[in-house]
Amino acid sequence: MTPIVPMFASTVVAATPLIYAALGETIVEKAGVLNLGIEGMMLIGAVAGFAATLATGSDTVGFLAAAGAGVALSLAFGFLSLNLQTNQVATGLALTLFGLGLSAFVGHNLAGTPLPPLPSITIPVLTGIPVIGDLFFHYDIMVYLSLVLFAGVQWFVTRSHAGLTLRAIGESPTVAHAIGKPVLTTRYLAVMFGGACAGIAGAYLSLVQTPMWVEGMSAGKGWIALALVVFGTWKPTRVVLGAYLFGGVTQFQLFAQGFGLPIPTEFLSMLPYAATIIVLVIICRDPKTILLNQPASLGISFHAAA
Amino acid sequence: MRTPRGNSDQQFYLEHKKGSVMKLSTKWKSLSFCLAAGFIATSSSAFAEPLKVAFVYLGPVKDGGWTQMHDEARQKLEKAMGDKIKTTYVENVPETADSERVFRQLAADGNKLIFATSFGYMEPLQKVGKVFPNVKFEHVNGFKTAPNIVVYEPRFEEGFYLIGTIAGQMTKSNTLGFIGSFPIPSVMRNIDSMTLGALVVNPKVQMKPIWVNTWYDPGKERQAAETLIAQGVDNVAQNTDSPASIQVAQEKGTYAFSIDADMSSFGPKGQLTGTTEDWSGYYIAETKKVLDGTWTGERHTRWGLKEGMVVMAPLNPAIPPAAVKVFEDTKAKIISGELKPFVGPISDTTGAVKVAAGSALTDADPAFNSVNWYVKGIDGSPPH
Repeated sequence: MTPIVPMFASTVVAATPLIYAALGETIVEKAGVLNLGIEGMMLIGAVAGFAATLATGSDTVGFLAAAGAGVALSLAFGFLSLNLQTNQVATGLALTLFGLGLSAFVGHNLAGTPLPPLPSITIPVLTGIPVIGDLFFHYDIMVYLSLVLFAGVQWFVTRSHAGLTLRAIGESPTVAHAIGKPVLTTRYLAVMFGGACAGIAGAYLSLVQTPMWVEGMSAGKGWIALALVVFGTWKPTRVVLGAYLFGGVTQFQLFAQGFGLPIPTEFLSMLPYAATIIVLVIICRDPKTILLNQPASLGISFHAAA
Repeated sequence: MRTPRGNSDQQFYLEHKKGSVMKLSTKWKSLSFCLAAGFIATSSSAFAEPLKVAFVYLGPVKDGGWTQMHDEARQKLEKAMGDKIKTTYVENVPETADSERVFRQLAADGNKLIFATSFGYMEPLQKVGKVFPNVKFEHVNGFKTAPNIVVYEPRFEEGFYLIGTIAGQMTKSNTLGFIGSFPIPSVMRNIDSMTLGALVVNPKVQMKPIWVNTWYDPGKERQAAETLIAQGVDNVAQNTDSPASIQVAQEKGTYAFSIDADMSSFGPKGQLTGTTEDWSGYYIAETKKVLDGTWTGERHTRWGLKEGMVVMAPLNPAIPPAAVKVFEDTKAKIISGELKPFVGPISDTTGAVKVAAGSALTDADPAFNSVNWYVKGIDGSPPH
């Protein structure tokens, strides 16, 4: 058996939660809001999705509950940072800590309960093709939906009228407000979308990747998603490529170890982070690229009365 | 307007400061009084209040592994000793300066026996131990003792040797895998002893270790297990904490071995057995020693299968009776002392003889605590 197929499959499964979380955050940041609470929302999503699936036996309900929990937590962030205009960085960090604690508290009695994994779907004809079928057509439904989400976000940001409004608000909320665009409402919707995506990303961990709930199971993936948005220069295509790259290099370093390459394992563990940063820095080697792509009002509170 | 306000602020600050200093000094007085009272209490223990025993945990009590086993033992201890003792625990204590604060607090609260259940508490414990000479500290897996600090450790290598016995008989590809956390001696010994156990029953066996450089990351552990399986491994053991590799084995139709707790609920077909710990016997014995005044410091206790600190998880019914017999025989020999996991001749991957024929490397030997080599049969070279 060629090891390429399982390696590729592992990469896809590792990258999928990053894609959900990072695409959600891309929309949030495009609206000019910096929500550092992805990790917290992922954990809340993970525990909510796990509990809902355990109670109902339905994965769909689980993912919906996860999205709902992510939205609920993001609304708390929205109220504090958009209405009360608290510092977004501090509020986002607080959200992560809060989500970590709350999910541990809520999930106290769920730890150690097993759950059957989400079945992979079979597509008639396509799944049957040798190699190609194994490579691309034997994943769970959420993997394909993440690509649908990517296409949707890409279309929304670059092609739609509403996406244009979103970007305008992220660049200059004052001007957008002056020409009658609903700044607060749009930002709220963006924050909620980010919350839903982070919640689903969390549920992907607790329902698909390792179907179980344990405290702190996201193990820093929310922060990686956050970094992917910046290094992907707020472009959905680069964000998704970055997620696959990160998942792929993580897989490669484990693979290299299995072959017994004489490289220090600490160095190999560092590799996914280093490689992702290097590649994305090369993509935007002109230092202006990040500055030009970054929404101009990112992280700055907007006060409508001005 | 500003000056008077500034003054009153300053005054308030000074008074406040004075107050806190006073509070602090009374606290110290009462503390030393407490310590003196503790002294008197131990000398006339017949009317003593219940002995306060505290546990400090690295993870949450429901982690499904390491910490949970300690907490289950704490509950058994409480049941066994009744109202003679009173236990408390603090969970999620990181191995940083934070732990020092927790130990100080527990000691100041009148706990007389404190179990520190993670390796990384070693240095904070040394500091706090000097400040509270009348409090007895027990540290897991460490190597620094003191007049009021002792160390206890399970013979993990016995459990892993038995895992090797099963894995060596169950593998079809003759390739075993190991998901390692960090390449420290106690983990290196586990890989080595599992390989040694497997080689006895199957000389063709090869071991592939993968290091993930974390104790706990379900996603990465899963990726590591998948990588091993993709490279032909069909029996995976681990030293990391999550049941991810058991789940992978269940899905892929291969085998895995749990650590710390029985994880078979996560993969009833995937888990063949596992090495778990039962700390209750030790905790009860040590608490009794404190109660009857025979507790002494500077000890290093290692318990294994014989003492019941290392317990094997239930064997999977898929293991054929002949293989079970080999397992049981080996286990009996380890318990009787007839078999030591690190019995010579053992050479490492470079061919250097590490244990000479006719002798065995045991915990009595200082070299045991610095095992940083792979035994012959392990793929690659150790990450040093």
